[in-house]
Amino acid sequence: MSAEPGPLEAALRARRSRGGKALVPYLTGGLGDWQAGLAAAADAGADAIEVGIPFSDPVMDGPVIQQANDRALAGGITPLAVLDALGRLDIGVPLAVMTYYNIAFRFGLERFASVLAEQGVAAAILPDLPLEEAGPWTEAADAAGVETVLLAAPTASDERLGRICARTRGFVYGVGLLGVTGERDELASSAVVMAGRLKQVTDVPVLVGVGVGTPEQAQEVCRVADGAVVGSAVVRRMLGDGGPAAVGDLVGQFRLALD
Amino acid sequence: MTMAEPVGGRFGDFGGRFVPETLVPACEQLEAAFRSAWADESFRGELNQLLADYAGRPSPLTECHRLSEELGLRLLLKREDLNHTGSHKINNVLGQALLAVRMGKARLVAETGAGQHGVATATAAALLGLECVVYMGEVDMERQALNVFRMQLLGAEVRSALSGSRTLKDAINEAMRDWVATVESSHYCLGSVMGPHPYPWMVRELHRVIGDEAREQCRALMGRDPDVVTACVGGGSNAIGIFSGFVEGDAALVGVEPAGGAAIGRGVPGVVHGSKSFLMQDEHGQVLEAESISAGLDYPGIGPEHSHLAAIGRARYETVTDDEVVAAFELLSRTEGIIPALEPAHALAWVSRARQELAGQSVLLNLSGRGDKDVDQMMDRLVADGSASGDDGQSE
Ligand SMILES: Cc1ncc(COP(=O)(O)O)c(C=O)c1O
Repeated sequence: MSAEPGPLEAALRARRSRGGKALVPYLTGGLGDWQAGLAAAADAGADAIEVGIPFSDPVMDGPVIQQANDRALAGGITPLAVLDALGRLDIGVPLAVMTYYNIAFRFGLERFASVLAEQGVAAAILPDLPLEEAGPWTEAADAAGVETVLLAAPTASDERLGRICARTRGFVYGVGLLGVTGERDELASSAVVMAGRLKQVTDVPVLVGVGVGTPEQAQEVCRVADGAVVGSAVVRRMLGDGGPAAVGDLVGQFRLALD
Repeated sequence: MTMAEPVGGRFGDFGGRFVPETLVPACEQLEAAFRSAWADESFRGELNQLLADYAGRPSPLTECHRLSEELGLRLLLKREDLNHTGSHKINNVLGQALLAVRMGKARLVAETGAGQHGVATATAAALLGLECVVYMGEVDMERQALNVFRMQLLGAEVRSALSGSRTLKDAINEAMRDWVATVESSHYCLGSVMGPHPYPWMVRELHRVIGDEAREQCRALMGRDPDVVTACVGGGSNAIGIFSGFVEGDAALVGVEPAGGAAIGRGVPGVVHGSKSFLMQDEHGQVLEAESISAGLDYPGIGPEHSHLAAIGRARYETVTDDEVVAAFELLSRTEGIIPALEPAHALAWVSRARQELAGQSVLLNLSGRGDKDVDQMMDRLVADGSASGDDGQSE
């Protein structure tokens, strides 16, 4: 365990010690007026925000985020353009980028980590980089002071969950179901189970995402979890006509449900 | 140079297991299951029985007398086109389907490009009473409509991949997404020597039979190994299969990629679909869309062991154009009475172009599949051009 938690973990721990539940929305970088979307989400009470750097082959994502990736890429967005914009943004909450490993690998791991740090990005989430392959990246990220959030899935043994929690920084991202990102009619029973299993093995904040699409579902999972990550439901607002204002509305509803 | 089990799933700098966390335990389970099955005489016996009685192995070695004379070299074909379902793909699929049964998984998920791997998977599923879902890019479903219907006849469900370039790479994305959701009951029957560990190793071992047979057949025919061994490369399974019989000897190994899908020819190292390997990508790390006449080779990546063989100089990789492929397709049909699939026609296109360099040498070519699936597409191209053989100049 690192002695000094980074800004993301500090923010999530602070929320928890006030007796609250953390809310982390996800938006795709480069999609429509995404910077206004980030500001709206922060204003509406997000504790931190995940910003997707679009990738051509997002295997952990369902149709909504795939479409967001495709549209942002068609608009010409690049990883560096997302990061530059984040550096100029001042919205008062820690940011984590979420992208696939090849984006960081092509960038150069050390360079990617140091650009994140320079642009004031607290953390990185790489959903196709499991524990066993994470060494070269976490070395670079640790050196640059970037928190690496690892995912934990329902398929892992308790022993594996323990190892993941020992290496994650910022929070541990519990995958709420067997499947890719996307909204579901009901919260999977695995979401609460996942949260409970993680709480058993770690003191790091436990957030659950994937399949958390309504304020009620967030409330339900947060009976056990320390917080929720909300992706597709937010991105769908950005893909539709509502744009940043609709994102603000939705995040506000989640905030209300969790408070 | 040997082809042992890759330590930690690594072939030199390449390979690995870059998958969503959800899939890591399934990959570990598969690795352990394959290692134990591969060491188990009864599993090997069952597989060999199916390969012989069901798939028709061993496949013959055919010496091409007329074409050899025309090209000024000695051309030998390893006839994987004569296997049941028409390509080498059945070797891998029978092994993985038996393994799925051994692991208690009743559903197979597969991706397919040309449809040959999908047809083979649907076939094995029918044979063993398994459920089967095959993902196929929408573009490929159009150009390989016959294989779509064939899979449906065999009882498989074919789902179209509508994202990205709507070809093989997108079908793999969809198959992986399916597997993330169904991992407890499904086995992902990956169709080439790519993907996360243990696939590149396991699929190679299951195709090793091609090279082992061919080596014995060459020695029986010529008393020695061929000078050159060549095969087309999409993900690289048929190539690895035949290379594995010769990698420890002196034969030159040559993989042939389409110019529009040349991972080694045009790529740089990257990570997609579970492993690190050469990959066609832009400067930002976005994967490029491959473009070639052959759906089975329309893939921007390549199996990690090929990247390693290239890096250490044990194999070399050449590219050929669509036009060269079409010419080779016609050439083999006309001179030997064998209509090849467009994929192995790539290897022949290289042999034909390199004939001077190869003069007088013995060249073993893996004829990985037969051309029935491509006849429609070739008819459109050649008849529309008015350039089909036998038509030349007669109507004008
Ligand atoms: C006949 C044939 N050969 C080759 C391939 C390419 O696969 P690989 O490179 O794995 O041999 C295909 C794929 O569909 C095929 O159908």
